[in-house]
Amino acid sequence: MNAMEALLHQIFSGLANGCIYGSIALALVMIYQATHHLNFAQGEMATFSTFIAWALIQRGMPYWGAFALTFAISFAGGLLVQRLVLRPFERAPVLTNVNVFIGLLLIFNALSGWIFDHTVKAFPSPFPQESAMKTAFFSAHELGSFLVMLGVLLTLYGFFRFTPIGLAMRAAAQNPDSARLVGIRVSWMLAMGWGLAAGIGAVAGMMVAPVVFLDPNMMAGILLYGFAAALLGGVDNPWGAVAGGLIVGVLENLLGAYVIGTELKLTVALVLIVGTLTLMPSGLFGKHVVTRV
Amino acid sequence: MSDSARRSRWFWLALALLAAAALLLPFLVKNYRVFQFNLVLVYAVAILGLNILTGYNGQISLGHGAFYAIGAYTAAILMERAGLPYWATWPLAGVVCFIFGFLMGFPALRLGGHYLAVATLALALAVPQLLKHKAIEAYTGGVQGIVLTKPEPPFTFRFLGQPFNADRWLYFVTLTVAVVMFALAWNLLRGRVGRALIAIRDHPIAAAAMGINLPVFKSTAFGVSAAFTGVAGALGASVIAFVSPDSFTVTLSIFLLVGMVVGGLATIPGALFGALFIQFVPNIADELSKSAPAAIYGVLLIALMYLMPTGVMGFVRTLWLRHGPGAARRPSAGVATTGVPAPPALTKET
Repeated sequence: MNAMEALLHQIFSGLANGCIYGSIALALVMIYQATHHLNFAQGEMATFSTFIAWALIQRGMPYWGAFALTFAISFAGGLLVQRLVLRPFERAPVLTNVNVFIGLLLIFNALSGWIFDHTVKAFPSPFPQESAMKTAFFSAHELGSFLVMLGVLLTLYGFFRFTPIGLAMRAAAQNPDSARLVGIRVSWMLAMGWGLAAGIGAVAGMMVAPVVFLDPNMMAGILLYGFAAALLGGVDNPWGAVAGGLIVGVLENLLGAYVIGTELKLTVALVLIVGTLTLMPSGLFGKHVVTRV
Repeated sequence: MSDSARRSRWFWLALALLAAAALLLPFLVKNYRVFQFNLVLVYAVAILGLNILTGYNGQISLGHGAFYAIGAYTAAILMERAGLPYWATWPLAGVVCFIFGFLMGFPALRLGGHYLAVATLALALAVPQLLKHKAIEAYTGGVQGIVLTKPEPPFTFRFLGQPFNADRWLYFVTLTVAVVMFALAWNLLRGRVGRALIAIRDHPIAAAAMGINLPVFKSTAFGVSAAFTGVAGALGASVIAFVSPDSFTVTLSIFLLVGMVVGGLATIPGALFGALFIQFVPNIADELSKSAPAAIYGVLLIALMYLMPTGVMGFVRTLWLRHGPGAARRPSAGVATTGVPAPPALTKET
């Protein structure tokens, strides 16, 4: 393989990873838009969902059946978490919310370890290794997860653009007071946002698990990249989150292959996060926010 | 007798009892427990550092484990590679961490609330990787870490049937440093500086209008906070006699946060309760399951936010005001919480 092909391969597999980061970022943005909170438990929730999918597949359920059921369970779970745990803190200060998110993170991490134990598990990919989808630049799984993520994005776009609930959710996020006045149940819309975010996280988890293997701490690094992606793309812009994810994915692969090696991947995320927040706080595609002090 | 004289007599009595208990403690328990109490003191200093930043100044840090690690490694490298005595490494670790904290304070100036939490979380996740990196392996020992020797006591004796050995000597050393650090923090926070930090936390615009230099105070608070945690890290290195990158994962940072919340935000003695909690609760919970400590911490964090957002110290203070000496004569006795300083960062959106 010559240098050019190697470079292209790095870029394409970076795009595949970028899809995962992008979808985690999308889940973060989904909650941020509605509540202005960053959900630190997003990664652990996704890991827990992936464990549910694993358990379903172990019981002999076909992959796509388990996929759909996991999405549904995660959606319900996210909805419940918002209703039961977070609703009392809707108006609480930032530190309280961060503490609650860290609490959730610890709980989901502990649950994954407690129920499914800490051994590293292989997670099946629905896209067979030797299939027509495999090309020179993509493995079958990379292309497959790319398409799945694209599907999720388009579905979401359709949901928010063309359905009444989607419209109500956008209204609740943009202007809660006016939305309440026209009869939208704002608090329930926040819960829907949580459900969707949990569902998207579950899909991301199921797509990344065949690559990184399944264990309770699978998502720690990926969540960090998700944050980097969301912040780079502009934390209030869903399209920005996806674009940010793709950029971060490619950047990670290129830096890893040509500049600093793979041992400092998390440091790259740190530099990206601190760099973006300091130099370009609203990200590439975000709204500019002005504060007084 | 006046109210305040009565209160101060109670205060000194309690303090004397506490001091006597602290001095006797290592001779009443087995060696391993002494080691655990050493760690309690170390964590207390670390949590105190975090509390200066997050509790008093409202800058949320999920990455103080990183400064603990830097302090521990500074101490270990100075001891093993430069041959410094263990006690000389603490101030140096403090200085190094102050510089790192101060530098981290600059980007932190531009990050509020959640963003700072994300940035510091990233720091906590990145530090173990950085410590393993090849470029500094000659100093840090890479993945292996550095094995240290415990400082030997300068003299030995037996008391209550227990020998005065390395761990008991370290107990008194750590206790002395912890007392000094707590006194420093108390002096720093009870006056102008403390009020300025709290003003910045509760209302930055008003604070700036009163002439408080926000950037200077916030980044210095970050530096001081990191220095406290770094000194704790350096002490911890001597107590455990070993440093390795995997002892300083993000879990440590989260445990420090849990300790701070349990003890009480923006309280100085709360750090001790928090430290007792994060040292002993996992020990007990471990017997249930490997995952139990994290589960308990998680449930407790959320439950505390519901029920007792001011932590153990806030609870103690409420009890004191309601039932302590002079409670009946205090005009606010009916509404016992009126006299309590507003719970930190929980009453106002920052």
